[in-house]
Amino acid sequence: MDRFVFLTFDGLSKGAVLAAFALALVLIWRAARIVNFAQGAMAVAAAYAAYTVTTATGSYWLGLLAALVGGLLLGALVERAVMRFVDHRSPLAEVIVALGLVLVVQAALGMVYGNEFRAAAAPFSRTALEVGGVPLLSRYDLFVFGAVLLVLLGLALLFTRTGVGLRMRAAAFAPEVSRLLGVNVGGMLTLGWALASAVGALAAMLVLPTELGLHPHAMDLVFVSAFTAAVVGGLDSPPGAVVGGLSVGLILSYVSGYLGSDVTPMAVLALLLVVLLVRPGGLFAATVARQA
Amino acid sequence: MNLLRSATLLRHLALTLLAGFALYLLSLELDPFRNFQLATVAAYLCATAGLTVLTGLSGQLSLGHGALMAVGAYTVALCQNTLAEHDVTGNGVLPLSLLAGVLVTMAAGFVIGLAAARLRGPYLAGVTLAVAVAVPAATVTFDELFNSEQGLGVYVEPPPLSLGPYFPNERWQAWIALLGALLTMLLLANLVRGRFGRTLRAVRDDEVAARLSGIDVARAQVQAFVVSAAGAGLGGGLLAVLAQSVSPGAFSLTLSLFLLMAVVIGGLGSLSGAVWGALLLVALPDLAHQVSSGLVASSPAAAQRLEGNLPLLVFGLTLIVVMIAMPGGVQGLLHRVTGWARRRLPSR
Amino acid sequence: MSELLRVEGLTAGYGAAPVLHEVDLSVPAGTIAAVLGANGAGKTTLLRTLSGLVRPSAGRVLLDGRPLTGVPVEKLVHLGMAHVPEGRGVVAELTVEENLRLGGLWRRDRADANKALAEVYELFEPLAKRRRSAGHQLSGGERQMLALGRALVARPRLLLLDEPSLGLAPKVTAQIMALLKQLRDRTGLTVLLVEQNVRSALSVADTGVVLALGRVVAATGADRLRDDEELRHAYLGF
Repeated sequence: MDRFVFLTFDGLSKGAVLAAFALALVLIWRAARIVNFAQGAMAVAAAYAAYTVTTATGSYWLGLLAALVGGLLLGALVERAVMRFVDHRSPLAEVIVALGLVLVVQAALGMVYGNEFRAAAAPFSRTALEVGGVPLLSRYDLFVFGAVLLVLLGLALLFTRTGVGLRMRAAAFAPEVSRLLGVNVGGMLTLGWALASAVGALAAMLVLPTELGLHPHAMDLVFVSAFTAAVVGGLDSPPGAVVGGLSVGLILSYVSGYLGSDVTPMAVLALLLVVLLVRPGGLFAATVARQA
Repeated sequence: MNLLRSATLLRHLALTLLAGFALYLLSLELDPFRNFQLATVAAYLCATAGLTVLTGLSGQLSLGHGALMAVGAYTVALCQNTLAEHDVTGNGVLPLSLLAGVLVTMAAGFVIGLAAARLRGPYLAGVTLAVAVAVPAATVTFDELFNSEQGLGVYVEPPPLSLGPYFPNERWQAWIALLGALLTMLLLANLVRGRFGRTLRAVRDDEVAARLSGIDVARAQVQAFVVSAAGAGLGGGLLAVLAQSVSPGAFSLTLSLFLLMAVVIGGLGSLSGAVWGALLLVALPDLAHQVSSGLVASSPAAAQRLEGNLPLLVFGLTLIVVMIAMPGGVQGLLHRVTGWARRRLPSR
Repeated sequence: MSELLRVEGLTAGYGAAPVLHEVDLSVPAGTIAAVLGANGAGKTTLLRTLSGLVRPSAGRVLLDGRPLTGVPVEKLVHLGMAHVPEGRGVVAELTVEENLRLGGLWRRDRADANKALAEVYELFEPLAKRRRSAGHQLSGGERQMLALGRALVARPRLLLLDEPSLGLAPKVTAQIMALLKQLRDRTGLTVLLVEQNVRSALSVADTGVVLALGRVVAATGADRLRDDEELRHAYLGF
């Protein structure tokens, strides 16, 4: 029973990170109808920027700031320099270009930092605090929850309460009409990519200390899990991404806790297949078929 | 109509025999290292040709072909080793193992294809990506069978004695792999030219129209996945034979991405593109090795980093540029150049 | 009367074949100009070229004497041009209030933007009752009001209006035409009105331009188009 409780809290903490990462995928999907397969690699790149800054200054927080700013810039750069020029009529083209980005980013990181694991710093202790003799949550888990909650609230406010958020939504739903109303649609798209990339960077910063650490491929499995979470939520719905993230986090925590961590990738595949085949619209979408 | 079809078939057969003869002569001239590279190109060609049929012809994206190659490779390894343990040896054994590898991979392709037929675009890409991540991990879960990260050795018969005592092993390997690749190309070329190819193109170009004209779209897509998996299985099996070992590290996500890159850069429209892709897969790392050993002789660690990552960087950049600037790939470029030359020549 | 919109030799289209051929046009400030013509005459393309959605291959557009060549679409609203596209362009996923706010977001003068918003609610009472409804929940007439109201929040000098009567009941169409007239008289709004419904367009227009196969075949006073039977027969088919 204790183990179950522990795994549940652990799963929620993992799930919070997956939710953030899935949310980043949803942001770009809503803005541009693209699943950004490069998001994992881009997030790792931001985490390496944090690593460099933290090593140089000794401050985790400056590193985190570097990751967020780096994520923003990288997202904007990718949209401006690459994605903008892709032929959007072919659904293959966007995926393939994103995969090309994966190779480029991972290769660049491998050249600069090498292909070995590096420890990722955590700002708080990861030892679980005990409540009534049962280990529940670590200070780090609390930090993760707080950070993800802050991001969720921030994004919700941005999109529903500000002019920029209104512009971003309008630009995504009706680009031509938005231009006629004075909205800089290209700029909103860049902003969407930048925001999503920064959220992805934050998720990487939160998840890496709980895994093996920094590595150019460190987010590969996280990406697949977060993609699954986004699909569970319907790919179109931010609340769906959050619920999807938490559920996938829980399932993976139980699988890894009871069956062994090496089963996790197969569990993700099975989960993804089940969701796509049984409930192709995701649990939160009204759409029936999955025609992208 | 029948006459035309048999004419195409004959033409393909003649081309294959001609290519086979030319490659035979080439293998006699090449040194062992180059022969090994030739064999590797041939092994990759099986997989890239299969992927070209899938992605280029039926418009389905697979990021999991590296994993399918792993299925073929592990099957061949297990077959070869089990047969050798039971003292079943001889030169008839390897074709049997390769066939088993192809069949098992086709079965795996069928399962993925069933799911794939119901999915489109990014969803399909996501599922196949999950396959690419999950399959190498499966070797750890079932470590008694697959021996985890270490992988398995593969028992392969030496070249037959009738070829002489000093016959280079690499040339023998090249022959095996080339035979497999030529057979794959011949079969796929005929398949693509025939009814199957037309059906797939119809599905790719307009699914609704294809459905309205009586094509069972899902069936065609599953068939495409199975055919494509056969190529990947043979390619993986041949790689296992060439390396005489298999390990999950050789079939990582990066391999899957490399295969996709190779067919995109080669040109998705035609099987000839798959040849360019397979050549690139072998030539690029080789080139990177030469460049990096020339550049950073001072620090071996830096040279190693550069060498390991340079092909990825070049591949990624090329891929992005190709996708944005010339979606036809190398083959499309050649096509345009020859077309241009043909138009220019008569006027002179 | 000063000229607000001037079009000189405008040639434009999609791909190789132009839809518009050397169109010349002049709309004085504070007037309503009706652009008439059969389906496929190039009316919608004319509006789309004026607002920059279609790039002209020749000719130019001047707003208040200022050439618009090279001005990006999203900047035109700053210069006082508002375009209500065909099919109305209400953003179906946004609420009525959000759609309206979107119309005035670009403005620096927040106080006046809010004032304009309040005026639109006064002008279109049904919208005021449905502030929180999503665009896709509205009726056809309400959507037209919303699209028109959203353009008015920007306080434009020139309003490009594409087929406002499309799919609306005659009574609603009449209300909208009356409103345009009222806006012209009260605020000096200039309107370029594209219509299939010739009668209702000519009922409020000051001038009329007839397009046929992308060329201007008649440009004259609206009353002449209304009264000159020969002209009507030749170009408008009634």
